[in-house]
Amino acid sequence: MDILEIILTASFWAAAVRIASPLIFATLGELICERAGVLNLGIEGIMVIGAFTGWMTVYLGFGLWTGVLVAMLAGMLFGLVHATLTVPFGLSQHVVGLGVTLLATATAAFAYRLSLPEVTSPPKIVPFQPLPVPGLSELPLIGPAFFAQTPLTYLAFVLIAVVSVVLYRTPLGLALRAAGENPASVEAQGLSVTAMRMGAVIVGSGLMAIGGAFLTMSAFSSFFFEMVNGRGWICIALVVFGAWRPGKAALGALLFAAFDALQVRLQQTPMGAYVPYQVFLMVPYILSILALVLMSRRAEVPAALMVPFNKGER
Amino acid sequence: MRLEPIANPSLVRRVGLPAAALALTVLMASLLALLAGANPFATLGLIVKGAAGSKFALLETLNRATPLIFTGLAVAVAFRAKLWNIGAEAQLYAGAIVTVLLGTGALPLPSALLLPVIALAAMVAGALVLLGPVLLKTRAGVDEVVTTLLFNFIMLLFVSLLLEGPLKDPMGMGWPKSPALEKAARLPRIVEGLRLHWGFALAILSALAVWVIQTRTTLGYEIRAVGLNAEAARFAGIPVGRVMIKTAVLSGGLAALAGFSEVAGLKGNLTLDLSPGFGYTGIIVAMLALLNPLGVVLSAIFVAGVFVGADSMSRAAGVPTYIADILTATALLTMVLAIRLTRTKIRWR
Repeated sequence: MDILEIILTASFWAAAVRIASPLIFATLGELICERAGVLNLGIEGIMVIGAFTGWMTVYLGFGLWTGVLVAMLAGMLFGLVHATLTVPFGLSQHVVGLGVTLLATATAAFAYRLSLPEVTSPPKIVPFQPLPVPGLSELPLIGPAFFAQTPLTYLAFVLIAVVSVVLYRTPLGLALRAAGENPASVEAQGLSVTAMRMGAVIVGSGLMAIGGAFLTMSAFSSFFFEMVNGRGWICIALVVFGAWRPGKAALGALLFAAFDALQVRLQQTPMGAYVPYQVFLMVPYILSILALVLMSRRAEVPAALMVPFNKGER
Repeated sequence: MRLEPIANPSLVRRVGLPAAALALTVLMASLLALLAGANPFATLGLIVKGAAGSKFALLETLNRATPLIFTGLAVAVAFRAKLWNIGAEAQLYAGAIVTVLLGTGALPLPSALLLPVIALAAMVAGALVLLGPVLLKTRAGVDEVVTTLLFNFIMLLFVSLLLEGPLKDPMGMGWPKSPALEKAARLPRIVEGLRLHWGFALAILSALAVWVIQTRTTLGYEIRAVGLNAEAARFAGIPVGRVMIKTAVLSGGLAALAGFSEVAGLKGNLTLDLSPGFGYTGIIVAMLALLNPLGVVLSAIFVAGVFVGADSMSRAAGVPTYIADILTATALLTMVLAIRLTRTKIRWR
């Protein structure tokens, strides 16, 4: 009864799409890395660095899009660190990924304290404002959900299409997927697996950072240390849930966000009075685990995921 | 470029490259100090002094090293079997919860009996927390990296739920903290008057025990075999699933001891900030020790020293204390690269 009422409100769907947006950026980023054969556990920290640098850039007086650009570049820098260590040197993707997450998170915290030594609560910026699409935003439910969002959300949805087309309809996408399935075939084509994988990790990390920047520049307008709060790990689960396909993964992100929006609203209902709020907050993490359990058997994992490639070795 | 293995790395490589990694970390520290407008040499000096400059500083470092030895061992044991337990944080809190449940008057036992009972129960709880993800891995093929990571967040929310509900201290003035442990459930200090508790001794003993298990028992051999090549191990008749489960019990139990030791030895009660990421730092500790259990003790003391030193330096020199997190992460990344380069050489075409 309660649930049905919530689901039929426009604000619920608008919230779901808003919550999904950063996840879509970061999930697409992770998907690109994994499709090329590299698991990027740096995602959590790269989202933190994106959230921080984007916010800080705007706080220093630059434009919002400059902030997005700086966030992306910062993410790509940490992506370069990850790629260099895991691709040509073939180091453990688990260890390097966690190391990059710790490094990026610490860098954001250090830079935050350095630039704002005295503040107790972080300053706010003026974030991206909703940009209703004339006409379409008047539609019931769908209008406010999909056509009255901020430009960054529109960008996220455009990117789903772009990543799909590049992955499945271009020679570059074919080579990238081959680097994750059968790297030797990429070399046979005269292309470099190393370049392909490094490029994928760097670009993917840039997208993750934009996902983080969405949090400070479109959702909360301020930076907190704990703000990413496991979203990166959730995105890794979403990649598995989406069977390494951009469209399905984005759909997963939307579904997930809908549950997240629902748990927030259920807290306000009579149910919230006798169920502790922490139980509601656990829902996203439990859902992610459930998604993994449901999909792991069926998933078509890229065959060379986490397998380092060393030229001339067989 | 191509990597070629070196059969017998020279001494220069084996000593020089890790030393270079350490030098890079020190260079990073100097750079960060400069960024913060401080004198790099003074900053480094203050870190060292804050970590080991006095008896008080040294004991503080050993106190901070204690939970890191436990979580470092937990990670080292698991990673050796290629069981990616990133959930030491959750297992630590499981141990802490049990310590509070049993240590606040539930068991009318003398201290000498009560403490071992609590420690064992904590280990069981930690093991159970890790068994979930591991069974999902062995039974349903679910990758344990993400599940153990997600469990950390679930566990922290669960602790928050307990601290605002059934485990809330009625005398806590509304703060989310548990009641204090009874006297019998507190780990005493090793030497009266010195701020170092028996948790540290337990950590050293645990490191020795893990070393014995790894080098002197069948289980240790099986863990290594599974880690090196699970398929080959299965082929050789090693029950891979069962070895994974035993590894998980050991690893989860060790991480839980960190929670036990912090609550019973240091804090005396449970709060939401019991662990400032000891579970994650344990990964750095274990990797710096090359997963060697005795090495874990040394690397935990080193990492703890960086954190304790940075805290005291930060108060004096004004460089943010997060420099410690950057330095330990840098040490991790440069060290894994250095170790790889000792055993391989780069061939440019």
